[in-house]
Amino acid sequence: MFIINCPYCGERDQTEFSCGGEAHIERPKQPTELSDDQWAEYLFMRKNIKGVQFERWNHAHGCRKWFNMVRDTSNDKIQAVYKMGEKPPVK
Amino acid sequence: MKNKYSIFSLIKNALSGHENWQRAWRDPEPKKEYDAIIIGGGGHGLATAYYLAKKHKLTNIAVVEKGWIGGGNTGRNTTIIRSNYLWDASAGLYDHALKIWEGLSQELNYNVMFSQRGVMNLAHNLQDVRDLKRRTHANRLNGIDAVWLNTEEVKKFCPIINTSQDIRYPVLGGTLQRRAGTARHDAVAWGYARGADAMGVDIIQNCEVKGIKRIGDQVEGIETTKGFIKSKKIGVVAAGHSSVIANMAGIRLPLESKPLQALVSEPVKPIIDTVVMSNAVHAYVSQSDKGELVIGAGTDSYVSYTQKGSHNIVEETLRAILELYPIFSRMKMLRQWGGIVDICPDASPIISKTQIKGLYFNCGWGTGGFKATPGSGDLFAHTIANDEPHKLNAAFNLNRFVSGDLVDEHGAAAVAH
Repeated sequence: MFIINCPYCGERDQTEFSCGGEAHIERPKQPTELSDDQWAEYLFMRKNIKGVQFERWNHAHGCRKWFNMVRDTSNDKIQAVYKMGEKPPVK
Repeated sequence: MKNKYSIFSLIKNALSGHENWQRAWRDPEPKKEYDAIIIGGGGHGLATAYYLAKKHKLTNIAVVEKGWIGGGNTGRNTTIIRSNYLWDASAGLYDHALKIWEGLSQELNYNVMFSQRGVMNLAHNLQDVRDLKRRTHANRLNGIDAVWLNTEEVKKFCPIINTSQDIRYPVLGGTLQRRAGTARHDAVAWGYARGADAMGVDIIQNCEVKGIKRIGDQVEGIETTKGFIKSKKIGVVAAGHSSVIANMAGIRLPLESKPLQALVSEPVKPIIDTVVMSNAVHAYVSQSDKGELVIGAGTDSYVSYTQKGSHNIVEETLRAILELYPIFSRMKMLRQWGGIVDICPDASPIISKTQIKGLYFNCGWGTGGFKATPGSGDLFAHTIANDEPHKLNAAFNLNRFVSGDLVDEHGAAAVAH
């Protein structure tokens, strides 16, 4: 449990948010041309990193907007929060 | 040679003040090379080593563990054992494990305190009733014992449940698997460790894997905190840290690692002599032999390796427990902890070869791996020794995420998904 700084609402309790998993997974541009392997990669395979991970969050019980977060999964410390479509502020 | 545990050895050692017990397993330094290496010294990993040595006569093997054996999810789960899964593939897998549990204490000469006290799954709404009845029928078609109980029969089987129909989620009935139950989780790790060690398996604790060495498509060994260890066969049984090992080997897995919590109460006199699980309200409870209520909570909704878990998850579970068991309202909780579980998209495990030759994964057990420990070890040992899956774990291959032939057990994997 931690505090999340929503880019639209400010600091709120994590229980107001829901996590949408790994960020920056690009939707296939030509879905009909994908092989089974590529579909599996897109749908199921995840980095699941122990360390700094990029992920999507939704302020479900607030403004209901999606945004991105950089979080260290080994200690739950949030390094940055940025809006959808923006470039990640840290590498 | 290991001394056999018996009533006579107990008396003999009592006379010398219990100071001369043989140590249960050695503490060896790693050799330069093994025929096979198992990464992860939990129940599944130790069972794999045990069956590799016992059934497949591979005794030049090592189990490497970054902490101490049984210190991960083996020592953190709520010890429930059952096999009432929906699909044929899962029924085969989990009932194979349950059958081994039934003779395990004798086989290992180690009391794993397996107690077939029954597991009851409650239904709280019409859809629950339909799903659970369907699962009961499916179980019986697969030769797994299962019965449907109506509300009165639920009350009779476990009298402390609040079956009043005016609570928020009334009990509309439930299923019961009488062969199901619990076991002493630490004893499972210790028993398999002792058995494997007696056959020559090196159990190397405090040895963290730092890298997987491969030449082309073949594994060559592992880099560890105790140096490089060579082996052409590596079985990874790292639970929540499976993806970490996979990343070292350069392969991708369909896993997400999340904290799953459990908690125990202060010890009290016997009050509940079975295991009761309730998916809809997310609560399950049993009582340990020490008298503590053992309560399982849910997973956090985000990836985390912190082994803690959020407070609100515990709160939700206890809220449901109190509605179903008002008698527990003044119980004090003693301890709470978390373990990192590796969850697959279809809530079924992976016991599989990979695209890298000699590299095998046993992972994705998610929130319910303990019950499968003996079967998982047996089938994974078969897969490693023969470089081919056993027919019972053929469906649980990594390729199912490409072929689409998933084994969807979200219903039977119970409360935590």
